[in-house]
Amino acid sequence: MAEKVDVIGEINKYDFRVDERYVFKAQKGLNRDIVAEISAMKNEPQWMRDFRLKALEIFESKPMPTWGGNIDIDFQDIYYYIKPTERPGHSWEELPEEIKKTFDRLGIPEAEKRFLAGVKAQYESEVVYGSLREDLAKRGVIFVDMDTAVREYPDLVRQYFSTVIPPTDNKFAALNSAVWSGGSFIYVPPGVNVEFPLQAYFRINAAQMGQFERTLIIVDEGASCHYVEGCTAPMYSSESLHAAVVEVIAKRGARVRYTTIQNWANNIYNLVTKRAVAYADALVEWVDGNLGSRLTMKYPAVYMLEPGARAEILSVAFASRGQHQDAGAKVIHAAPHTSSRIVSKSISKSGGRSSYRGLVKIERGAKKSKSNVVCDALILDPQSRSDTYPYIELEEQDVMIGHEASVSKIGEEQLFYLCSRGLTEAEASTMIVAGFIEPLVKELPMEYAVEMNRLIALQMEGSVG
Amino acid sequence: MSPETLSVIDLHVSVEGKPILKGVNLTIRRGEIHALMGPNGSGKTTLGLAIMGHPRYEITRGRIELDGEDITQLEPHERARRGLFMAFQRPVAIPGVRLADFLRHAVSNVRNPARKEGEELIPMREFRKELKEKMDLLRMDAEFARRYVNDGFSGGEMKRAEILQMAMLRPKFAILDETDSGLDVDAVRLASQSIAEIGGRQMGLLIITHHERLLEHNPPDVTHVLLGGRIVETGGPELAERLHREGYDQLRQKYPEAAAEEAALAGQGKQ
Repeated sequence: MAEKVDVIGEINKYDFRVDERYVFKAQKGLNRDIVAEISAMKNEPQWMRDFRLKALEIFESKPMPTWGGNIDIDFQDIYYYIKPTERPGHSWEELPEEIKKTFDRLGIPEAEKRFLAGVKAQYESEVVYGSLREDLAKRGVIFVDMDTAVREYPDLVRQYFSTVIPPTDNKFAALNSAVWSGGSFIYVPPGVNVEFPLQAYFRINAAQMGQFERTLIIVDEGASCHYVEGCTAPMYSSESLHAAVVEVIAKRGARVRYTTIQNWANNIYNLVTKRAVAYADALVEWVDGNLGSRLTMKYPAVYMLEPGARAEILSVAFASRGQHQDAGAKVIHAAPHTSSRIVSKSISKSGGRSSYRGLVKIERGAKKSKSNVVCDALILDPQSRSDTYPYIELEEQDVMIGHEASVSKIGEEQLFYLCSRGLTEAEASTMIVAGFIEPLVKELPMEYAVEMNRLIALQMEGSVG
Repeated sequence: MSPETLSVIDLHVSVEGKPILKGVNLTIRRGEIHALMGPNGSGKTTLGLAIMGHPRYEITRGRIELDGEDITQLEPHERARRGLFMAFQRPVAIPGVRLADFLRHAVSNVRNPARKEGEELIPMREFRKELKEKMDLLRMDAEFARRYVNDGFSGGEMKRAEILQMAMLRPKFAILDETDSGLDVDAVRLASQSIAEIGGRQMGLLIITHHERLLEHNPPDVTHVLLGGRIVETGGPELAERLHREGYDQLRQKYPEAAAEEAALAGQGKQ
């Protein structure tokens, strides 16, 4: 029984909540007044206020998506803005005790000391803590929360903000555009390589909370960076909504890797739009691990706009009881000699449902482009489900396209083999699942790989017998 | 039954309702080597898998005892933790799982039979040191342990990986199922030598083979011949030699009943 106690302790690592002591909590619901109030709270310039109000109109005019998963959200029953502190702190000690404790329990300050180049920690609507290593700041790297960026780097922000994902893109991008708050802004100057990861951690604490962070990353010519985000929330009986927008711009020869490991509670709607544009010879990599949530709809995209641009998208989705992971990838080849690779792995268990939804589009003139898609699904029991929706649009013939899909169950022979070496069936299943997602895990920095394997082991608890 | 023995008593085994073994009796003492021979389809692999506890091999009558304990109803992992091992003829691939990681779990469980999932593994340093020693002994490249279990292994690599596992797990009794099949002459010799070097002599071995060379470094104390689901003859090393020389036809003439069952079974298999 010793391990059972352990596991409960582990789950508590994420499923805890602290008292609400906020500086400001907007009324529930969504209308022009609320949007204007958010903008006013943030002391925003007129253009951003206008942008928000326009986006609200677009949100209201757009129907709910008719594909993907069932979205049962009462938009008037959500808190759109909660301000936890007056301003972001630059040391953990500046934070209110319960918020500091939260991030301590999540291990963020410890990770910052050990292996990160910079950290942003967002609590409810606002970034409450930010840091960046001094040497990077001296070389012109900017890593601030998005609100600070609007104030302090107005020209850069105005030049790029919403150029990759306009509010008209989809209903939830419009919603985010109207009520966005927090998120990260990163600028890496030409030729600068940020060796250690920059990390953001998003934490929802309040019930019926909507978190709408907005992230914009610009990596200039020949520069590189690795951005990692983690997301968690405690379990409430009512739904919360996470609708982020992430825009990435990779200039000529730049390399950007964006890694997400999210482990949402089971009642979070996670409806996120993530898109990158890649210029000549740039490489954009999305590494996306989706655990938890009630419904995730997320399709990281790369638009390859100039010759030699490359896209790599690796995603893993784990759908357990009451969860639907509708995840995938989108690659648009808009220039010749561009190449993309998509690897998608999904695991369904205890009645969970996972879907791969992907688009490969090769536009006219994108000759000699290459795309390869591999999606593998692992179904752990007969109650669970997996679907694949691959879309391929070709406007050019002189291209190479590959698509492979497989659906498998954990084989009796594999289980027997491992058990014949002394592993219990549960241990053997966990090992097979860990092996299944190894192509993603091996791309993660060691600390995250350990975390990912631990999360998978947690999800696997009680799956046998 | 006395301690330090593996006994199979009146074992009847069916696969998907088809009877394959029809009353096998066998006792191996620790330190003995038994060769199990017989034509294809006579039930040799079935016997091995039934002893190891494969879920598709249903024991309809009889029992298996290890050191006097009836293990017929035990799960495969419980048998492994009591000191049973089987080197498979065609081990299955486990993509994404590194041989070293898998072996560390296996070793931790087998050496600490009461271990529960999530509990401490054998210390990394100690494990690595021992793994390296064993791999050196088997003339295996250290890189090999980083590969995914049986994934893309050549025939020879698979068999050596099985022997490596046996070396690390140090079972009381091991069943080697055609560890020579698919190997060239030199590879068989190496395998034979390896089994002896990793201390096969201290274990009880049941070697299923067609090949004299596998027995070269592991001369059997006892040879059994399986035909039509029964052991029809048991003898010393000279029996193995004779079978290699003469084949199975004389035995079929001598045991027409078993030969008829063999033919019937082969017929069933083709349906």
